[in-house]
Amino acid sequence: MSAIVVPKLEEAELLTGAQAVAHAMRQIEPDVVPVYPITPQTPIIEEFSQMVADGLCDSEIINVESEHSAMSAAVGASVAGARVMTATASQGLALMIEILYIAASMRCPIVIPIGNRALSGPINIHCDHSDAYLARDSGAVQIFAENAQEAYDYTLMAVRLAEHRKVLLPVLVNLDGFTLTHSAEVVQLLPDELVKEFVGYYRPLHPLLNVQRPTTQGPFDMPDFYYEHKRQQADATLEALGVFLEVQREYEGATGRGYRGYFEVYGLEDARFALVALGSTAGTAKAVVDELRDRGQKVGLLKPWLFRPFPHEALREALKEVEAVAVLDRALSFGSWGPLYEEVASALYPSDNRPRLHNFTYGLGGRDVTPEQIERALTLIQDPKLPRTMHYLGVRA
Amino acid sequence: MTVTNSNGNADSATATITRAVPRVKTLKELAAQEEREKRFQGGHSLCAGCSIPVMVRSVLNTIDIPVVVVNATGCLEVATTRYPTTAWNVPWLHVAFENAAAAASGVEVAFRVLKRKGRTAQELGFELPGEVRVVVFGGDGGTYDIGLQALSGALERGHRFTYICYDNEAYMNTGNQRSGATPPLAHTTTTPVGRESLGKLQQRKDLTEIAVAHHVPYVAQASISHWQDLVRKVEAALRADGPSFLNVLAPCQRGWGYEPCLTVEIARLAVETRFWPLYEVVEGEYRLNALPKKPKPVSEWLKTQKRFAHLLKPENRHLLDELQLQVDREWEKLLRRCEGRVLEV
Amino acid sequence: MLEIRIHGRGGQGAVIASKVLAGAFFREGKWVQAFPAFGVERRGAPVTAFVRVDEEPILVRCQIYEPDQLLVLDPTLIEAVDVTQGLKPGGLVLINSERPPEAFSLGDYRIATVDAGAIALKHGLGTREQPIVNTAILGAYARASGLVSLDAVLEEIAESVPLGAEANRAAAREAYERVRLPAPAPAAKNA
Repeated sequence: MSAIVVPKLEEAELLTGAQAVAHAMRQIEPDVVPVYPITPQTPIIEEFSQMVADGLCDSEIINVESEHSAMSAAVGASVAGARVMTATASQGLALMIEILYIAASMRCPIVIPIGNRALSGPINIHCDHSDAYLARDSGAVQIFAENAQEAYDYTLMAVRLAEHRKVLLPVLVNLDGFTLTHSAEVVQLLPDELVKEFVGYYRPLHPLLNVQRPTTQGPFDMPDFYYEHKRQQADATLEALGVFLEVQREYEGATGRGYRGYFEVYGLEDARFALVALGSTAGTAKAVVDELRDRGQKVGLLKPWLFRPFPHEALREALKEVEAVAVLDRALSFGSWGPLYEEVASALYPSDNRPRLHNFTYGLGGRDVTPEQIERALTLIQDPKLPRTMHYLGVRA
Repeated sequence: MTVTNSNGNADSATATITRAVPRVKTLKELAAQEEREKRFQGGHSLCAGCSIPVMVRSVLNTIDIPVVVVNATGCLEVATTRYPTTAWNVPWLHVAFENAAAAASGVEVAFRVLKRKGRTAQELGFELPGEVRVVVFGGDGGTYDIGLQALSGALERGHRFTYICYDNEAYMNTGNQRSGATPPLAHTTTTPVGRESLGKLQQRKDLTEIAVAHHVPYVAQASISHWQDLVRKVEAALRADGPSFLNVLAPCQRGWGYEPCLTVEIARLAVETRFWPLYEVVEGEYRLNALPKKPKPVSEWLKTQKRFAHLLKPENRHLLDELQLQVDREWEKLLRRCEGRVLEV
Repeated sequence: MLEIRIHGRGGQGAVIASKVLAGAFFREGKWVQAFPAFGVERRGAPVTAFVRVDEEPILVRCQIYEPDQLLVLDPTLIEAVDVTQGLKPGGLVLINSERPPEAFSLGDYRIATVDAGAIALKHGLGTREQPIVNTAILGAYARASGLVSLDAVLEEIAESVPLGAEANRAAAREAYERVRLPAPAPAAKNA
């Protein structure tokens, strides 16, 4: 078994995740990129700035004075009628959140790679998913990448998903800070022309710059209409489920790269015990699954690519035969279960044959995620008497 | 345009005054533009006697090319765009309270990039206008206070846009809470006058000077009472090759406490008492735009408004004197910066 | 899978070394991964970087705790840090040092040394206080490990070292010649 999309070694390059994403941005060639540096997103925008400076990409970067203004300028440019991208991490995403909600409600198809990093406090620059979870209810679509190849491919697909007429929403492409942004690995880029053809031109639906047909955008919405508008937004977000698969199919048709479905399953077909994990951790988890299966254990992995909207039904179907599931959350929701666990639990609730479900917190603030930790989760859940409390992996007592 | 020399104000450190009188659009021309394009229409829910629509019409009717308006959260936004109605017949965008300048940056850059790339109607699905001006309207809350960072960033980056602050000296949309623009000793609901308090205890911030410190091509202070001056300033701002900033005094009858019919008069008094001097800074050069022949004491302005009523009590006489001193001091400072340059319409 | 851990000090180029080494293996048709132990880097502070090499795509993402081989860019680190922690028995330890391999008694490992500092200086790389030894040590590694060719290392240096590629290549070439190899490993005799 191996990853879904394996680069052709002879056509691949050695790139960091940040470089791979910067190349995706170069090939997409967004009109406007308002952006503010923040570790570990910074190398993305540094690489991209150099590409623009070298004339390899005709985009206008707005070096704003904060992420709040980055998102605000992104909304302004998007509503105006331009194709817009930005990128951020952690505190930067936190600062964007107010405007990210507005971007979603104004149906701005802004694609935003996120170098996932723990939120303060205490301040920390390393990977976890507290920033992504903070954006959970913003209305933005959220994709998680396991490796640099996926980060590249999904950044390209995100443009089509975001700009689809049924969707028109911001899309966050999450890639783990440092673990992906700063690690060099084998990535196969697509030819520029192929990407250009795949993403095409952005045709805005109600551009502000259409002065022939003036529009009032972002008006005051009172109790007599606000609710209907939010309902429409909720429906559009669910439309992203279908469009996600459609875009995957078109991407496969154009590139031969077959990402199929809302999640990748690995060894799950006959598994009795399953892991659910987001992002780069799924890579290490696959190695653990391989090893445990070699030892005769029927274990498997489910790695969601799409976190928002969440594919509840498909996930229920995929996990219906397993006895127990370990859901790995790389951030806390204080006073409750982890956000991914809650999704999996609500997905499984209508099932007649619900597996035992356990929640594991791991890897906070960049704590190294080792195979031993993952193996421990898979071992613990095999005990039917394992208490249903939050389990912490890799933390000192 | 005529240029005359005369003696300066007796208080002034400088002797020579240069007066220039440029031509501006006449009322008739403004009305014709209003009739033609109806950029801002009635039927909105701004208060009777509100100064904001007066200013908005003056601004929009001055501009002859397509304009895109970006609006910070505030009275103007709330009262003119209640869904599904709108008072705006020009493209209009509102995103949030504190980010109008940043949102405008995005609009400005988007237009410039799409134009540079030569995007066709076929590619975009609409025809890009040949030219467009981005105008921001924000109140003092959204400009002096919560939006100051976004404004500073946008001015520093040099976007070609015109930011117009309608300064009614408090958060009036939500019922008169103090802002960085509220004058000292004014009563607001968050700096109430009471047995132990005399209103706002702090100075107001000089936002016009803050804008000047960004070294942008055009900054001006204007008032809705001096419409010709305002119109000329809008024209100058639009000509500027870079960011321009106008700080416009916009009295609020409810928050300031006066009869709605007095709005223009009270705005005029603010200028005549030199509480709100009209001036502009063109490429760093200061010019005075109103040199009151017989300046009135600031108490003449204060006594028109309930928010200052407590200052008129005999026991608070010293506070009035102190305010007058402040006004005089600021005026002197401004005169020195203008070095005798006066440009009045 | 081959796992290599590189120990250096901030400013010596350990992170670049990990990328160049991964690039050299990649040129020879291997799957690779290179990453630093993420920290706030400061000049002179101990820095660790990692390289994984395999015949198939690499899935695992954690740091390397049980390396097969070590590259030590600064011999003073041997006193400061437990560099051999987790190193597999018989594993190669390549040290930047003017001393011979026998001068280091670290345990059951294959120790090789190269005076990368002197070689770097000779080719004008860095200063006397801080020679930039990363490319020299990679030339020595090609010889000491026998797992990657000098040509691949030189090609990768030419492509990914932006400044002074020629001097860096010359340093790598010279280090390849001058590396002092370990005596045949005791493990090999037993085998």
